[in-house]
Amino acid sequence: MLQSKFKSLTPRNDVLSFVVLAVLLLVLLPLLFDIFRLNLIGKYLTFAFVAIGLVLSWGLGGILSLGQGIFFGIGGYAMAMFLKLEASTPENTAIQSTPGIPDFMDWNQLTALPWFWEPFHSFGFTLVAIIVLPAIFAYIIGAAMFKRRVGGVYFAIITQAIAAILTILIIGQQGYTGGVNGITDLRTLLGWDIRTDSAKYILYFVNAILLLAVLVAAQYIRKSKLGRLLVAMRDSEDRVRFSGYDVDNYKIFIFCIAGIFSSIGGAMFTLQVGFMSPSLIGIVPSIEMVIFAAVGGNLSIFGAVYGALIVNWAKTILSESYPEVWLFAMGALFIAVVLAFPKGLAGLYETYLQPKVDKLLDKKLKKDKAE
Amino acid sequence: MFADYTWAELGSIFAMQGFSGLILFAVLLLMALGLAIIFGQMGVINMAHGEFMILGAYITYLTSNLFADFLPSLFDIYFFIAMIFAFIGTFLLGMLVEWSLIRHLYKRPLDTLLATWGLSLILQQLYRTVFGPREVGVSLPDWMMGSYALTDTIEIPINGIIVMVITFVITVGVFLFLQKSRKGKQARAVVQNRAMAGAVGINTAKVDRFTFALGCGIAGIAGATFTMIGSTGPTSGQLYIVDTFLVVVFGGAASLLGTIASAFSIAQAQSIMEFFLSGSMAKVLTLLAVIVILMLRPQGLFSLKVRK
Repeated sequence: MLQSKFKSLTPRNDVLSFVVLAVLLLVLLPLLFDIFRLNLIGKYLTFAFVAIGLVLSWGLGGILSLGQGIFFGIGGYAMAMFLKLEASTPENTAIQSTPGIPDFMDWNQLTALPWFWEPFHSFGFTLVAIIVLPAIFAYIIGAAMFKRRVGGVYFAIITQAIAAILTILIIGQQGYTGGVNGITDLRTLLGWDIRTDSAKYILYFVNAILLLAVLVAAQYIRKSKLGRLLVAMRDSEDRVRFSGYDVDNYKIFIFCIAGIFSSIGGAMFTLQVGFMSPSLIGIVPSIEMVIFAAVGGNLSIFGAVYGALIVNWAKTILSESYPEVWLFAMGALFIAVVLAFPKGLAGLYETYLQPKVDKLLDKKLKKDKAE
Repeated sequence: MFADYTWAELGSIFAMQGFSGLILFAVLLLMALGLAIIFGQMGVINMAHGEFMILGAYITYLTSNLFADFLPSLFDIYFFIAMIFAFIGTFLLGMLVEWSLIRHLYKRPLDTLLATWGLSLILQQLYRTVFGPREVGVSLPDWMMGSYALTDTIEIPINGIIVMVITFVITVGVFLFLQKSRKGKQARAVVQNRAMAGAVGINTAKVDRFTFALGCGIAGIAGATFTMIGSTGPTSGQLYIVDTFLVVVFGGAASLLGTIASAFSIAQAQSIMEFFLSGSMAKVLTLLAVIVILMLRPQGLFSLKVRK
């Protein structure tokens, strides 16, 4: 019984995709690239968390959020606030007029730590906040919208507006948030220097393993009854509602999950890159996150990872050498994905490669049986 | 926060802020009018709407240079000719975009969002390559500059008055066009019931293309008007896109009257708060209020009662 349940969760192709990805992330990439490039790859992978969340909510559930940067920012800022407080010991900040508070607060004539910064002295609280805060926030947004049957296009525009509001707020409240520069100059995590090469290696692996764990969770959701209901709701919401399911709560739930995944990605971003700023929250990054999922294929959680990797990698390469070409390429990519490959990379794989892989696997199975 | 001012001063503040709110209202309305047709009526999420406006602004910039160099005697009236050019230019680009992109996506509204966002990136980079990354401004003829002193403490800028007059004329024109003209009636018929409109002999594909291009053309006029009150850069359009969408959604997507009412309330709220709070807080509070109201009343201020 248990075994059969496990089997239904793990179709052969998904297991294969998972193993290939795990080998790529944990063995091949660390062997092929030096720590500078590997750290960049780790940065790209933090966006894959968001893209996986979008596959669940947008691809399966049909809920397109243009504000996933909000949640990426919540996780990122929570981690950054903890690290900043740790970096701002009274000894380190002795030259300030108020020692012991982050430097940007001192520059903005603040004399005491604001109350909402206080809990971030505790690492335990920070970890809980990274999971719980985005869930609460997503619940409020989701409950307000889905209970009133606001969906589709309107949901997309309103989430986008919320991302815009959050960015304006962070930039405007410089003394409390670090303003447009964000929170920078982060040094240690519980006394462990995160800027050294060895720390970057460890963080890369922590990030990759977390990503694989999130993939397993996403696969579980996808194959569970919830996943099937999401697809049914996307295709015909009223039929599901009339069958007696509470459609709104399922939608809220999946939106919260997507938010939590994004938040984890944001926290890992702060740890690996060493800063967090409003430029990762606003309208433009939020839409870029959607394109990662779209390029990978908005129905494939594995595609989302490759989408995030490839688009970001292309962005780095192109904007390093031909900055003016980058926006043309990105724009063309958006249009091409929508018009020519609506299923993204995953769709291409399924059409061209998968039949061959299947044949190979079938042959091998037969051979094994014959022996 | 009121205690520091006398009553007379407060009166002047409200009058001046109210007037700058009126200018903001005119700007928001002009921006939203095109989108109200494209998004509100047709249901196409045009994220490149801001870039169409900027195209109108750049066309105005080119026209002003053209007149300054070759026809200085007619410089006083170049602006109105530039507006016509801006309309024609963006109208044609709108037709091209509809033909090449939008018409394949009418059934997939969320995908139009991604595709038009891609288009907006391409246009932005195009502007940057052609016009350079720096912002450009146009020089206005003398009679459009300066301000008109109503009382000792209340001054009204003349370009603001012109913006409002243009907005008024365009709004009334669009309204009459959609309500009375043959083309406008066809456009509304197609939006309300495509199959039926096709059955009575309207070429729906052609009407779609025309309606979309009309919305873009109005965006072009909005862009031309912008040059009077601000400078134009490659990414200026992106700054307005969220505001514009909120105006249309807040007003009730299918109603032109709603668009007018929502542009008015958003603009007044923002400009009056702006005087007492910082600009960013005023904007945050205004947008938040809009979102909260939308959560309570998802259909917007005005909604058409139609059978779905």
